[in-house]
Amino acid sequence: MHTSVVVVGAGPGGLAMSYHLTGAGVDHVLFERGDVAHSWRTERWDSLRLLTPNWMSGLPGACYEGDDPDGYMTAAETVATLEAYRRSIDPPLHTGIEVEAACNTGTGFEIRTTETTWHCDAVVAATGGSSEARVPAFASDLPETLQQFTSLSYRRPAQIDGHGRVLVVGASASGVQIADELRRAGRDVTISIGEHVRLPRAYRDCDIYRWLDRIGQLDERWNEVEDLDRARRHASVQVIGSDDRREVDLPSLQGLGVQLVGRLVAIRGTTAFCSGGLGSLVANADLKQARLLRRIDEWVYEQDMVNLVGPATEPSPTVLTQVPTELDLRGFAAVIWATGFRPSYDWLDPRALGRRGRVDHDGGVACMPGLYLLGLPFLRRRRSNLLAGLGVDAAELCQHLVKYLEDVGRGSTWTSR
Amino acid sequence: MTQTEAPTIDNGVNIEALRGARQALTDAPEAAQFQWRARCEWVNGTHSRSTITDFFGLGQQHSHRQGYTIEADHPEVFASEDNGATPPEIVLGALASCLTAGVATVATNRGIQLRSVIATVQAEMDLQGILGIDADVRNGFDRIDVKYEIDADASAADIEAIVAQSQKRSAVFDIVTNPTTVRVTVA
Repeated sequence: MHTSVVVVGAGPGGLAMSYHLTGAGVDHVLFERGDVAHSWRTERWDSLRLLTPNWMSGLPGACYEGDDPDGYMTAAETVATLEAYRRSIDPPLHTGIEVEAACNTGTGFEIRTTETTWHCDAVVAATGGSSEARVPAFASDLPETLQQFTSLSYRRPAQIDGHGRVLVVGASASGVQIADELRRAGRDVTISIGEHVRLPRAYRDCDIYRWLDRIGQLDERWNEVEDLDRARRHASVQVIGSDDRREVDLPSLQGLGVQLVGRLVAIRGTTAFCSGGLGSLVANADLKQARLLRRIDEWVYEQDMVNLVGPATEPSPTVLTQVPTELDLRGFAAVIWATGFRPSYDWLDPRALGRRGRVDHDGGVACMPGLYLLGLPFLRRRRSNLLAGLGVDAAELCQHLVKYLEDVGRGSTWTSR
Repeated sequence: MTQTEAPTIDNGVNIEALRGARQALTDAPEAAQFQWRARCEWVNGTHSRSTITDFFGLGQQHSHRQGYTIEADHPEVFASEDNGATPPEIVLGALASCLTAGVATVATNRGIQLRSVIATVQAEMDLQGILGIDADVRNGFDRIDVKYEIDADASAADIEAIVAQSQKRSAVFDIVTNPTTVRVTVA
């Protein structure tokens, strides 16, 4: 079978790419291992909602049209939204088919799937950046009596047996949200904190993402930031989408009675060792938060909007009291690794991989001609891995792809529309 | 403001060379593998002398411009001769030196002129640990406090940010805050 472009993954990225390819008249197929939005159906905890408000959750050609623009979609609502989007754009979608290998043949790509083998001129890997949970190697040193989950396998507090403490490792959005949920369910919770990004849910009476959008922070481009590697490794912001718009920053968790400890660095026997450097990390996160809020203030003054928005209220500083550096794991029932994600490109031609097994690419355009990536953190702009960023990334990459197909003089069945 | 170009600052840090080194080591990570060495010889009583002469890095052996020695001893209240600082005090000096080198480097990288930087370090220790009086008391410090007084052409927030960044990039800060496997053998 032959097509111009194979898109792998029918999440929001793959669907947006299909929309733009269709608009450009490019013949393509979209493969999905499960059903549309597979990971949103199968790899999210029950209470999870998007970090961004609904008004941001448009997809190409489909603005948010619901009646709660300032609310936050649940995982189930996200699936429903993507399912409705699929119906409206009717992409050339093949579900239940896994791509096992994409091999560069020199004249294009051979795509081996669990059914037929396809040939194409270009491939879009729209499988995203959260295919696998990243877990430190010393996880295997944990006593066997402890239950272990990752932010992909955790579902709800009732999964954890017994009454022991729960150690949540990681203080990005996932870690603080899970710690908040477990504590509210009555669990004793300890959270181990590495480098983190703190921002309030709302500032000057507006959702923080409204501000990040307005001041242009989310549109900072990959080829303009000073240290792209670091920007791509940044933890997600410590916020939660909830009806009560509550905070899940470290002072809020402390207020609930969650114990804060430094980054988990080693397990020896039944003792977990945590860094004594937490003070420096929380000071840094508070400083960076203040810097961003001042940027918002400046924007408000520049736009002469100070009378139109709420007053500037400063989030309370994080105050650490006794922070232990050793934890006796015998008091713990479970560990939840909220230590980040990584993409899975093991199906890609290994020649596309550079140092440390990562795909070499520039803003999603792989060094291997004809290969494109979509849905990774800061792929082309700070919003790249938000629902609100996939559409514009897909549009730009589609443009590049169309030009590529023209340049190689193949494939594109260009139709005037 | 009538100033039209960025003022030139000089903290004595060759920032261009450091940026170059960072790029070079990004491209050749094997050259980033360093080994630091010290040799310590017992003198008498609790007095010992460490000498530091060479190290390995960038794929080859290096020598310091000259050898350095560090005298260590215990004070007279411990019935020693006090021929040098105590080893824990040397650790405090190492921590402050490492952070201070970071302050100078980060400030230069951010175009900030320093006039004076003074770190005061205090660390609490319960001697019942090393004397074996109470098994629940650790040998090491209970806590370490480093206080910086910095005079620089920068806002208080910028100075705080420099100090925060210097901790993030400090070897000794990492060494004292995180566990390290230590293997001691007898030849």
